[in-house]
Formats: sequence, structure tokens, C-alpha cells
Amino acid sequence: MRLTGNGVSPGVGYGPVRRLVRRAPIPPPDARHGGDADAEFARAAAVLERVGAELDALGRATGGVAQDILAAQAMMARDPSLRDAVRELIDGGMSAARAIYDSFAVFHDALVRAGGRLAERAGDIDDVRDRALVLLDAGATPGPGVLSPPAAGDATPYVLVARDLAPSDMAVLTPGSVAALLLEEGGPTSHTVILARAMGVPAVVGCAGAMRVPEGAVVLVDGDTGRVRVAPTPAELAQTGRRVAYGPATHRPGRTADGRPVALLANIGSLRDLPAAVGCGAEGVGLLRTEFLYLGRRARPRVSEQREAYRAVLDAFPEGQVVVRTLDAGADKPLAFLPPAGHEPNPALGVRGVRAYSVHPEILTEQLTAIAEAAAGTTARLGVMAPMVTTVEEAERFVRACHDAGLPTAGVMIEVPAAALRARDLAEVADFFSIGTNDLVQFTFAADREVGSLHSIEDPWHPALLDLVALVAEAAARAGRQCCVCGEAAADPALACVFAGLGVTALSMAPAALGAVRRALAGHTLDRCRAAAAAARAATTAKAARTAARALLPALGDA
Amino acid sequence: MPERKVTVESVIGLHARPAATFAQTAAAAPFEVTVAKQGGEPVNAKSILSILALDVRRGDTIVIRAEGEGAEELLDRLAAIAAAS
Repeated sequence: MRLTGNGVSPGVGYGPVRRLVRRAPIPPPDARHGGDADAEFARAAAVLERVGAELDALGRATGGVAQDILAAQAMMARDPSLRDAVRELIDGGMSAARAIYDSFAVFHDALVRAGGRLAERAGDIDDVRDRALVLLDAGATPGPGVLSPPAAGDATPYVLVARDLAPSDMAVLTPGSVAALLLEEGGPTSHTVILARAMGVPAVVGCAGAMRVPEGAVVLVDGDTGRVRVAPTPAELAQTGRRVAYGPATHRPGRTADGRPVALLANIGSLRDLPAAVGCGAEGVGLLRTEFLYLGRRARPRVSEQREAYRAVLDAFPEGQVVVRTLDAGADKPLAFLPPAGHEPNPALGVRGVRAYSVHPEILTEQLTAIAEAAAGTTARLGVMAPMVTTVEEAERFVRACHDAGLPTAGVMIEVPAAALRARDLAEVADFFSIGTNDLVQFTFAADREVGSLHSIEDPWHPALLDLVALVAEAAARAGRQCCVCGEAAADPALACVFAGLGVTALSMAPAALGAVRRALAGHTLDRCRAAAAAARAATTAKAARTAARALLPALGDA
Repeated sequence: MPERKVTVESVIGLHARPAATFAQTAAAAPFEVTVAKQGGEPVNAKSILSILALDVRRGDTIVIRAEGEGAEELLDRLAAIAAAS
């Protein structure tokens, strides 16, 4: 059988069909509450707040493009106009569920009437509504997407088939386990499609008849042409087989088209992120943020507890690289057992990161002890690095503390412009560099990350930032050190190629972004990446740098 | 009441990320903030759903209004977000 739709995310995927079925209850139009309008509204408000919190948490855990999309959906759940509308309907006697249903419908219909791209956002609204309705109905069931269960022990990547998918459905998928996406509905610019591209999952949407393909049937989905073959013949498989080999389900290490290795690593913020990192084919962990062990605690976490957490990460990547960043605490996220030295009007520039270790040396000593104990008997290649290093003295103190704890490989994060400018001095002391672009951008452009209206000048494509990255990568190369980029910028496939061209040897990002970056690197030679990097640095604005680089990176398509 | 008239320059209009940034910035204010298409009904500027439903496109002129302590500064920031291309 053959089906045709719109190929919207490139590549070819092949596997058995698993169907996602939605079951959000539609409350009847005459549903009324028992008479206590205040209590009914409190129930509605609590559920909407919970949906907002869940979407925010999902976005933070997923990172990358998904984070923006899910944060916007969280705002919809907490929307003041929606709340007012719900309140009014409940005051008129309507049940919480139907009031939520009808209130969202007003906005849904307005977006559909507007047409075009805005109409495709109506699906985002429906997803928020369905999440709230499921919570109201059952109290505590998971999100509205219900995936048919896999056969026991079956880890074959599957083709996900649905009528339509919400961005939040995408965020909970393990990309390595999904060979392709096949949707009966859906438009080419929906958020779901944007996420599929970001995850490197081939996708065909608007494919009539997709939901009639039986569960378990094997299908071949061509995200370039939009063609779908059910039970493909060996000849059809052979025809597309070459492209399947480059598909997202393959977990080959990061390489440019001419074979120059660029290690593809995962950023991990808690142990919950580990399955996604392994599933997306990360070669290791480039940034283990250890704050999760400390935040929200009254007392310092015990060495034994820390050790078990580090051990879980090291065990997930036998012979792989694992870089643990020691605690980055400061006045912006104060800890009960690590009181700030005094009031800091500007905590991003205060006593944080490595600076806090001289005030509370026991924090570092205990953490390094736990890391060293966790490493005993494991095969992962362990590195430990300090956040917010500015001077050679800080780097020396940190490296000495690591060596004293029995940890031979100690690096520094490059987040402060002073450290980037004098990276050649730091390379004498540290074993490796990891460039934290989020903070380096904030400090280079003197623009607070937390101030939304400054986002437009905080662009990692700006040649000033690229110059700093180039300086650091050159200093690392001269000293024979690894130079990783571990900020959000590494997840941009085009920037990833530019970083490789600047001499960066590893990239660490949210697991969901690995597929797209792996494909971008595989599509360009190192010389191409160097040319793109040179063109970007020759530009005078961030916008021009992006345009110039992308013009030299043809394999990116419109990703 | 203090107000700003701005022509939206972004190719995606006041949709997607600009809409979210706009609503988020307005939501931080302790007073009421409204936004309207020129000649149209004002809506709550703290509501991302209302802003999306306005369907503000590139080239449209919007009117932002607010009154209270710090309103002028907030209006400047909102105008900058709407005007950014």
C-alpha cells in the first residue's frame, strides 16, 4: 500500500507502526456544578496552574526549541483572560470542565479564523485544554497522549502514527526510539514539525489514511518526498536504504563529512535526563550540572548520596566521556547551608561558582571526594570542571584540589570574557576547556539573561562572541587540550558547524538536539565549516554572520 | 492615559515568541495594561491568548496603554518588543 503526504522533516525512517490515541473527555454542554461556584473555580484554577507547571517542567527538561514552545503553552494555561472567562462561566453555574472547554474554544476559533500559521497554533491551545480536562476528569493520569504499549522487550525504533501530535507529546518521546513520524493531519509549520526537525526525526504530515495503517505493520516513511510505503518490498527498501543509514536512529559518533571527529555529548541536569541522553546516542556527558543535588535542601547532601548519583551517570556511559561540573551556586539561587556573603544587587556578577569555594571550601572538598569515590572501578573517562573561572589563580587552586582528591583530569569553564581573552594562560593550568555560551554571551554583551527585552542583543551569532570562541579554541589546540561548547548555542545545527570550523572539538547540548547536530556535521567537510566560520567572523552583525555562514552550509536545508 | 502607537515590524507579527515576550513583560506590571489594533477593541496585554487572537501582522499599528507607577518605562519596553524586527 502507498500513501502520500507532505514531507516536512528530512530523512527516511523505517519500522513497525505504533499509534498514539488521544482520550481527553469532552464534557457535555449542560454540565453544571453543585452550587459552590467558589470551590468549583478553585478546582479549575488549581488544575490550570498544575498544567502550567507541568509544561514548564517538561520544557526545562527538554531544552532547545521545545523549551520556548512549551513555556508559551504554560503561559496559556495561566492566562488571565482565560481565567476571567472560566470564572464567569462557573459563576453562571457551569462545571469547571465545561467552562475550561468553552473558554479555550473562543481563542481556538479566533486563531483558526486568522488562518495561516496562526491557525496551526490552535493545536497548541487544544493540547493545554486536553491536559486540563484529563486532570479534572481523572485527578492524576498522565498527559492526554496515550501510546499503545510496545511488545515486551522490543526496542526496535518505531514509526509513530497519530491523527495529530502536540508539541508536549514530542517532548516526552525518546528520539532514538522513534524512526519517523506520520501524521494524518498537521501543517508544515506547526510546532510539532519544528520539534521533529530539531530532533532529527523524519516526518510526513497531512497524510490521508495514515490512521488506517494497522498497528505493527512495517512502514517506510520518506520525509524528503512525503511518500509512505506500507510493507515495502526489498527493492523499495534498497532504493532508500542508503538514506536510512544516515537517519536519526543511527548512533554513530559525531563526524564532519570528511571524518573529523567532533564529540557529541549531552547536557544533564538530573538523573531523569539519562535515558534521553543514551537514547539519543550521546557519546557521553559534556556537562553534568550538579545543582540538582543541592537545590531545595536544608543541609548539604551527604557524600554517599552524591556518590550514588555520580555513579549512575558514569555507569550509563562505559568508556564514554563524563564531565562533572562542580556546584555553581550564588546569590541568584541561595542555599540554606551556603549563605551569601552579603547582599548582592547583581548576583550574576557576585560570589558564585568557583568564587564561592574559597568562602565555603568544605562544599568543594566533599563534592570532589564523592566524585572520586564514584569513579573507582568505572570505565568512563571522567573530567571535573569548575564554573565561573576568571583568573589563573582560581584555576590553579581548583586543579590542585582535584588532584588532591585523586581526580587527575581537571578543566575550567570559559564563561567570563577575561578567561576567554587569556585562554592561553589557562591552558597551561587546566586539562580542558568547556565554553559556557549562555553566561559568556551575558557577560560579553553586558546583557542580563533574565531580562526578556534584552534577548535581541544576546545573540551567540554575534562576531564578538565568535571571536572569543575562536581565541579559546586556538589556545586549546596549541596546548593539545579538548575544547567543548556546552551552552544552548551548541544545539543550533548551523552554529555547531561554525564552532567545529573555529576548532571546537566537542559539543554538548540537550539530548533532543543531538540528532539534528549530528546530521548537520555529517553533511559538511571541516573545510566547509572553516569557511562558514570565517564568513561569519567577517560579518559585522549577528544577522549578517548567520546569513553568511548558512549560505556556505547547504546541507542544512531550511532547518 | 499614557499610550504608545507602534507599527509591528517583525515578519511573524505579534505571534509566537514576540507574543510570549510581550505578554510576559506586561504581566510583571502591578497595574492594568491593554493592547489594541488601531481602531479596535483593547484586550489584556498580559494575556498571550488575547494577543494571539488579535492576529497582529507585520505592518499593523497597535496601541498599548497603561497607567500607574512606572507605566511610561513599561510602555517603552513593550513598544520596543513590538517594533523589533
